[in-house]
Formats: sequence, structure tokens, C-alpha cells
Amino acid sequence: MMRIPCILCGERDESEFTCGGTAHLVRPPLEASDREWAEYLFFRDNPKGVHLERWRHSYGCGQWFNIERHSVTHEISSVYAVTEPPPR
Amino acid sequence: MRNHYSAWSLLRGAIAGHRNWTAAWRDATPKPAYDVIVVGGGGHGLATAYYLAKNHRITNVAVIERGWIGGGNTGRNTTIVRSNYLYPASARLYDFSLKLYEKLSLELNFNIMLSQRGLVLLAHSRHDLDSMSRWTNALRMNGIDADLLTASQVAALLPGLDMSPRARIPVLGALTQPRAGTARHDAVAWGYARAASLLGVDIIQNCEVRGFALRDGRVVGVDTNLGPIRAERVAIAAAGHSSVLAELAGFRLPVTSYALQALVSEPLKPFLNTVVLSPGTGAYLSQSDKGELVIGAMLDLFPSYAQRGSFAITQSILAGVLVLFPAFSRLKMLRQWAGIVDVVQDSSPIIGRTPVPGLYINCGWGTGGFKGIPVGGWTLAHVLATGENHPLAEPFQLERFITGRLIDEAAASGIAH
Repeated sequence: MMRIPCILCGERDESEFTCGGTAHLVRPPLEASDREWAEYLFFRDNPKGVHLERWRHSYGCGQWFNIERHSVTHEISSVYAVTEPPPR
Repeated sequence: MRNHYSAWSLLRGAIAGHRNWTAAWRDATPKPAYDVIVVGGGGHGLATAYYLAKNHRITNVAVIERGWIGGGNTGRNTTIVRSNYLYPASARLYDFSLKLYEKLSLELNFNIMLSQRGLVLLAHSRHDLDSMSRWTNALRMNGIDADLLTASQVAALLPGLDMSPRARIPVLGALTQPRAGTARHDAVAWGYARAASLLGVDIIQNCEVRGFALRDGRVVGVDTNLGPIRAERVAIAAAGHSSVLAELAGFRLPVTSYALQALVSEPLKPFLNTVVLSPGTGAYLSQSDKGELVIGAMLDLFPSYAQRGSFAITQSILAGVLVLFPAFSRLKMLRQWAGIVDVVQDSSPIIGRTPVPGLYINCGWGTGGFKGIPVGGWTLAHVLATGENHPLAEPFQLERFITGRLIDEAAASGIAH
């Protein structure tokens, strides 16, 4: 069980949250090619290691935020607002 | 010469004090070069090597495995085989697989303990019933055995199921596929390994791929902890670690890796003679020949490469099982684990070429790879040997994510993605 630090409410149990997948995906322009759209919609880095991802405190304040989490140890190394740039 | 397994050889062994048995397969060390290298010694990788040798007479093949064979998802699944998929392309693929499973013990001379005890997919609402009748019709149109069961038929089949008026979750009926069932998962890996090894395939364990050797953009081999191994054709069959290998080769996949967990209880007397799936609670279970309940869970819905599984999901799945079968409330769980599954957005596999010439892949089976082992191996071997996609695998190419021809089996995959 992970304990996830909500950006507003502080640390809570994992079951209060929903993962929204990889953060910082940028929607391509409308005239993008099929391949660019596919890269945006479907293709992912899926790293075994540090991953930047979106989470929502669904069963709490409802806030979306970003975290930096390790996909093997599940250790959370950074929490930041959706409007902020990645930590490094 | 290896032992041929039969009642006669067992009897001979009994007389000889069982000292005549040799290792089932040859644990090989890598040669400098092969015709084909298969990366991943799970069911899919071993089946690929076997069918390369058997169907295409290509025996200069190495299967390289980071750990031990069958130690990944092949040894971590809930052993369910079935082919109740909605769309024609999937129905053809999965039913071909089930048909291969039906003859596999004979084919491999290895008892995979296939038990076609049928599966029962519970309907918990009117909407479930409606979609299941559509599903049953689709299955029958595709030549797959399927039937709808009424609530009283379900009650007769599953005496432990809470069908009382006060049941927390009502059961209104079910979809059943009588030919579905379970198979001994380790035996599938060992059987393919033994049969492939007998045909000359090298099975190399504790051999981790650290990079792909490329020349003019083409793959020419792999670099491993045991040194470089050369081959003009390389296949990846690595399930949850497909993205890691793809990154080494310089491309990306539409894959996200999740932990999928399972549990096994202490043994019970025979109680459950079918496979029960309850999409409403996210739980599915069967009883093993040893009497243990084998319980599968839903995904831990965040990316993970940790083969543990989250306690929150364990708890919710056990709650689901108890709602269905209150009689299990005192049951102790013996083991809990997770496998890392390669989920793609349309819940259908990818079997064919990659953007790197000479490099092929079989991945994307997500939560349902075990049932696909025979056909995954068969079709990957076909494209490796001939350079052409097998007709069954033609719709399941990586390009479908660019062209938009997705085959969305989210419902039939049985586990909420």
C-alpha cells in the first residue's frame, strides 16, 4: 500500500487516489500526421524506473497533481502542481 | 536420448527405482551465432522456438531468458484458458490457441493437465444479461461454444454461491463457455522447453539482454551478460518488460506495464468444478487439483514493475470473493504475488514486425497471455521463418495504433483496464 502525499491534503492511503497515467504529454496540433497522433494517444515510454505521472485525490479533495515515482520501488520522490514544470 | 514419457516408461522407472530419468531439457551455453534468437523464456518464447523447429525446420535457435524458464508471468497466472472473445479476428486467434491446447499434451508428450471444466461468467444486472446475450450470439457466429445460463442453472452449478434474496450482489444468470478451463502453467513451459530442446533448440537461462547489435539499422544480434550472440532474426517475447527491450532497440510501444495479482488459499475438499468470473466484483477463481482456490484480482491501476501487488487490491478482491461465496470467510490465504502485464489500449496482442528490420515482437497480451501461448508461438514462428505475417496475426500488427484499426477487447479481456 502506497501512502501518497496529496498536494492539498497531505499523506493519504493509495486507495483514495486514481492514477491518470503519464504526465506532461503535449497534444499535437490538429494538422499532425497519423503517426504523431498515435505517438500522443498510445505510445508511451513506460520506464522501469522514475516515472512522472498524474494522480487525482478522487476520494478526497478531487485535486489533480503530478508526482515523480519509481515504478519498481514505488518510492515517491517529488510532488508538484499540474501547472509546474517537471522537477528536473 | 531423452525419456519418452508413457505409462510404460513410468512402469519401467518404477522397477528401476526411478533412477533412469534424465533432465527434461538441455541447459545450454550460448554459441556465437544462431539463425534466430528468441528473447524471453516464458511460454510464448518457448512455444515460438518449438514451432520454429517443428513447423519450419529452423532448429538453430536460442531462447535466452534473464531468470529461469517459466519464472515470469508463465508461472504467475491463474492458469485459465478460454476463447470467448467478441470480434471475429480475436475469436479466430484465441480459439486456434484453445484448439492447440486441446492436443498439446499429446503433441509435446508432456501432460499439461488441461481440464476443460468450463467457465461461468456471472451477470449481476439486467445490463450484464443483455450484453452477455449479444456476446453469446457473437461467439456462436464465430463458431465458438457458448451458452447463456439462467439463475437457477447457475445455482445448481455453483452450490456455494450466495443466491439468496438478501445477497449483496444479485446473480441473474451467466455466460458459459464449456470448452474453457485450466491447464498446469509450469507444465506448458516445461513441455515446450523439452520438446524444443529435443529438436535442437538451445535454452539459455540467466542470460540478460543488455542491448541489441544493429548494422545499417538492421538487427544483427544481442549483447548479453554472457557476451554477444549473433543472429539475423531476433524476436522479443517478454510480456511486461517489452518496453524495456524496445527502448534498448530504439523504439517505443503502446504498452503500459501494470501489476496483476493472484492469491492461493489453503487446500479445500472439492467444492468448485468450474472457473467462475465475476466482472462486477473484479474477482475470478477456480479450484486447483490440489484443492487450493486460485483467485485472480483486477489490475493495480498504476504503472508498476514490482512483482508484489498492492494490499488495497488484495483486500477488495477478497471482499468480492466473500460477497459471492460467504462460506469462504474462514479460509486462509497461503500465497499472494503479482506478475507484470503489458497492457495496450485495445487489450489485444501485437504479433509481428517492429520498426527495426529483423526484430520481431509478441507482446500486448496484457492480462490474458497464458491462454494465448500456443497461438502466440505459432504465429511469431511463422513471421520469423517466412517474413510474412500469419493470417491469424495479420490484424494484430503494431501499425493498427497508427491506422486506427484497433480491436477493442476491453470487455472480453475480463479485467477492467
